[in-house]
Amino acid sequence: MYKSWWKITGVVLVIYTCTAGFLLDVPQLPALGETIRNLYFHVCMWFAMMILFSISMVNAIRYLRTFDLKYDIYARQFAVVGIIFGILGYATGAIWMSFTWADPNNPTFDSFSTVARDPKLIGAAIALLVYFAYLVLRDSVNDMDKRARISSVYNIFAYAMLFPSIWIIPRLLPSLHPGGENGNPALDTKDIDGSMRMVFYPAIIGWTLIGVWITTLKIRINLLKEKKLSSL
Amino acid sequence: MFLLICKQVKWPEKELKAASRLYFSSIKISEQDNHILYALFQLIYFRSKIYFISAAKHIFTLFKKDLLLEARQQYSFFGILLYIGSTIFVLYMAINQPETKVWNGLFWVLQLFICINAVAKSFLQESKGRMLYFYSVASPVNFVLAKLIFNSLLMLLMSLLSLLIFSALLGNVIPKLLPFIGITLLGSLSLSLVFTFLAAIAAKAQQSPVIMAILGFPVIIVQLMLLMRLSNTAFAPLLTIPISTVLLLAAMDLLVVLLAIILFPFLWKD
Repeated sequence: MYKSWWKITGVVLVIYTCTAGFLLDVPQLPALGETIRNLYFHVCMWFAMMILFSISMVNAIRYLRTFDLKYDIYARQFAVVGIIFGILGYATGAIWMSFTWADPNNPTFDSFSTVARDPKLIGAAIALLVYFAYLVLRDSVNDMDKRARISSVYNIFAYAMLFPSIWIIPRLLPSLHPGGENGNPALDTKDIDGSMRMVFYPAIIGWTLIGVWITTLKIRINLLKEKKLSSL
Repeated sequence: MFLLICKQVKWPEKELKAASRLYFSSIKISEQDNHILYALFQLIYFRSKIYFISAAKHIFTLFKKDLLLEARQQYSFFGILLYIGSTIFVLYMAINQPETKVWNGLFWVLQLFICINAVAKSFLQESKGRMLYFYSVASPVNFVLAKLIFNSLLMLLMSLLSLLIFSALLGNVIPKLLPFIGITLLGSLSLSLVFTFLAAIAAKAQQSPVIMAILGFPVIIVQLMLLMRLSNTAFAPLLTIPISTVLLLAAMDLLVVLLAIILFPFLWKD
């Protein structure tokens, strides 16, 4: 049970999110209705993605400071799991969107093209594309040290470019998605109901911990692979 | 930041320690010690002045080298010119005089492709042996700054030329010409800065031109979106140009330059 307390916390928090998130009372708002419960999943996915990308960037910096290949593997795996969380964020967002944004008289598929043009969606897509480019770049170099160095440099650059694409540009453009010029509704303590905060904050921590746990497992597999390669 | 500057100036460790001791205990310094502090600041000032002057000289030499290479191998320069001319001519044949929205969109897409063609070769043309030579004679920061300056000037020239040909063939539809020229210059500057840095990364990877496109397109979308927004206001006579967007673009350019200065030394080692 070495250092397992945070894994247990993560699992407990996610179970709590899934039960309390579906069972507790939520405020009934027009257009949102019961779909407001998606806040515990959709928003948390993006939170987890952002945190994982940040950890990935920190590991890239650590690699450039020490030139220890271990940190490069860390950086890559955190980026991969971050991308997975981003895709999950899209999926949960699509479910939410099909209930709230789509025209009820039209099937969801028909209003898709108008909905997909939303600047927030495009910004998030750009962010994911930048990280896909990171993976492509990383796989295109064969030499191990060179690969680690180049991809770490690009990782830091990508993280810096992530900010305008998901935090600045979407706020300048008109959007259906909440969180425009007047800040994030889910984070504003005046905006979000107390009963929802009881689930929302633990949910963020829970999902992030689960993400980190998945990453550490992937890192361990890759470190073992590396070890096997170097022992041959 | 302070430590970084000291490292760049190759500050002797002894002096650095004395300086930092004085710096951190500056509250306790009595009046008599003030002249020591003053002398130290003078020293910092002169050392950094010498450093920046020599750096400027190096950058200028490297810049001249790039210019000379461009002048000797004129095929690449004229190649880009031909590229601009023929692309715009094809556009003219295809759509004659488009409406403003189409004009704007085509113009920026053209800028993007000119930039990729003009800037990508800046690192790819240098052979491995030549890079090794530069590595032994120049500092990476000076090298990358010279490249950034050269490429942005090249790109400024190219985009002005393309603007000229574009408005000659596809119709001059811009009511506010001077602001639009300013936006074009700003845009070509941002494009060239981003792509110069990405070319430096791509040059280290195999199949560089492909990698360059993969790396560049997602990153540049943000700047292109801002630029198109800006140039849309230049087309509408009633709208004023939003200064905040201009400042945002300028800040992003600064960010790219800073990242290039910090990160290029790591790419450079081989």
